[in-house]
Amino acid sequence: MRTASNCPQCGAPVEFLFSNAVQTTCPYCSSILVRTDLDLKRVGEMSDIADNSSPIQLRTEGIYRNRAFQVVGRIIYLYEGGSWNEWHLGFQDGKSGWLSDAQLDYAVSFAVGDHPRIPPESNIGRGLRMKVRDAELMVTTMTKARYGGVEGELPFEYWDKSEMVFADLRSNSRGFATIDYSEDPPLFFMGEAVGFDDLKLRNLREFEGW
Amino acid sequence: MGAPARPRIQSKALECPNCGGAVQLRGLAHSLNAVCPRCMSVLDVQHEQVRVLQKYGSKVAYATPLIPLGSRGKFNGVLFEAIGFQVRRIVVDGTPYEWREYLLFNPYQGFRYLSEYDGHWNFIRSVPGLPGFGGIDGRKAAFWEGGGFKHFQHAQATTVFVLGEFPFQVRNGDTAEVDDYIAPPKVLSSEIVPGEITWSIGEYTTGDEIWKAFQLPGSPPAATGVYANQPAPAEVKAGFWTAASTAVVLEAILVVMLVACMLFMSDKQVFKQSYFFRANTPGEQSFVTPVFELKGRASNVEVDLDTNLRQNWAYFNMALINEGTGQAWDFGREVSYYSGSDWSEGSSSDSVRVPAVPAGRYYLRVEPEMEAQPTSVYTTGPREVNYTVTIRRDVPAYWPLFLAMLLVPLPALFKLGKKSSFEAQRWAESDYGSATGGGSDEEE
Repeated sequence: MRTASNCPQCGAPVEFLFSNAVQTTCPYCSSILVRTDLDLKRVGEMSDIADNSSPIQLRTEGIYRNRAFQVVGRIIYLYEGGSWNEWHLGFQDGKSGWLSDAQLDYAVSFAVGDHPRIPPESNIGRGLRMKVRDAELMVTTMTKARYGGVEGELPFEYWDKSEMVFADLRSNSRGFATIDYSEDPPLFFMGEAVGFDDLKLRNLREFEGW
Repeated sequence: MGAPARPRIQSKALECPNCGGAVQLRGLAHSLNAVCPRCMSVLDVQHEQVRVLQKYGSKVAYATPLIPLGSRGKFNGVLFEAIGFQVRRIVVDGTPYEWREYLLFNPYQGFRYLSEYDGHWNFIRSVPGLPGFGGIDGRKAAFWEGGGFKHFQHAQATTVFVLGEFPFQVRNGDTAEVDDYIAPPKVLSSEIVPGEITWSIGEYTTGDEIWKAFQLPGSPPAATGVYANQPAPAEVKAGFWTAASTAVVLEAILVVMLVACMLFMSDKQVFKQSYFFRANTPGEQSFVTPVFELKGRASNVEVDLDTNLRQNWAYFNMALINEGTGQAWDFGREVSYYSGSDWSEGSSSDSVRVPAVPAGRYYLRVEPEMEAQPTSVYTTGPREVNYTVTIRRDVPAYWPLFLAMLLVPLPALFKLGKKSSFEAQRWAESDYGSATGGGSDEEE
């Protein structure tokens, strides 16, 4: 359900594409806005997002496992190998998903609330094996990341983080999981690697000469 | 309505802080490192401030990419641009081997690689997961998406030359532990650097396909030898399968013929009579048998001679004659048999087969001959012979069928040999081959 308000900073109309969004950014003045019961509250300002050449953008549409989604938001993380994007997907049924684009390797994941015992950050490392929902997973990468910016609508408030640690887990198939240690308890996401063509993406960015 | 349109993204050019040369970037913001084409310094291009990461020790490029950087080619309908190039080296038993890798880029589909060694190419992509380990035929193997890949080779690879740009850190001198696992035409490879293992999967591609995809001038370097995951050439595989399926069909036909012979050939004795002949008998020696009837379709007639010859020979002139038409089939047979305590030569019986004799009433004319006086020291038997003439109609001939059955599989076996020798050449280059001394010592 689409709802519209005005930006408390510049007065521009701010439209929500995703009914369960908690936070958005004003496309005109780059204010970070959080939804309250009544209106929008300005909590900060978007830093200039360093362009990392993702072909995905806000309002890109696609299909994952026969469910249509629209890209409504984005979080950028910076790490020593560059940056990656977590695109927030709004599904028609109001559910949130995430499409990660790490140097054009794509994966779709979902937050898992009733996750199993997750080892604390101090106890996790490469090679650690976990069994989650019948999936045999192994920690393959530990990544120290910095918050690189947000854009658009997110299902939670997310705008003032600094350093965080992620554990990436892989299975013997395309399945993968991520533990996000920026919250306590940590957030747990599960999903799978996807090919670019699998998602039938539309409304992508254009690249000169391509 | 909505946000202001974002500008289209363009590739950009920057200046080498070492030599001032122009460095064109094709990989958009994905590129972390780029090499100055003039001084070949490796540059950090991730940030606005370009830094020199590594200078190149020579003024001359170590190698020239066969696919010029900036070329675009289509693979499976997707356009890719060659943006990076590396030469990598492994050393096996003191001998260096070098191969070349091209980094391909599409701003939507991401990165792929092409590798080239001795004219053999692979189209490679990263594996979105973690292959499992196991064994095939007692050898270490890796498994990915249901496919099993046999371990082929382990080596330490050193990067000896880089050009272009990369979405990761590269330096001349970088090393990685590489393992190749094969399931032709595919190869699954792991690369281990401290703290990270990456998997990729490649598919064998011919130089011609590469040349066609990139529309390169001239022709690709000829492929030499058999490469790890090179599929057996179509003619080798097809050669075997064609020969094998032909053999199966022919064997089936032969079996049908054999069964038909057993079922439908009457193999009937139509005449049998015993006679006696003595050399030096005066007068006409030929005689005719009583008339016998040959029935059914035109078929063979077998005349068997069974004698009691010992250390002697006899010659039989014969003619099968149709009583009604007078048509005659003439034939002769020499029967000879000699033996000693531990040897023998010839046989005291013989047989003639006359093909395609129509039905009718027939008789056989027989004219026996023997030497009047022995002409050799071996001819010591008596100057006489007892013999029996047996005539059979519609006799199945099994041994040509059995011989054919033995010969028919030979071409397929020959082709199978060619196929096996192809596989032997493939594995000779592996850690398990005989060509490399002590190469298989990591097998337990």
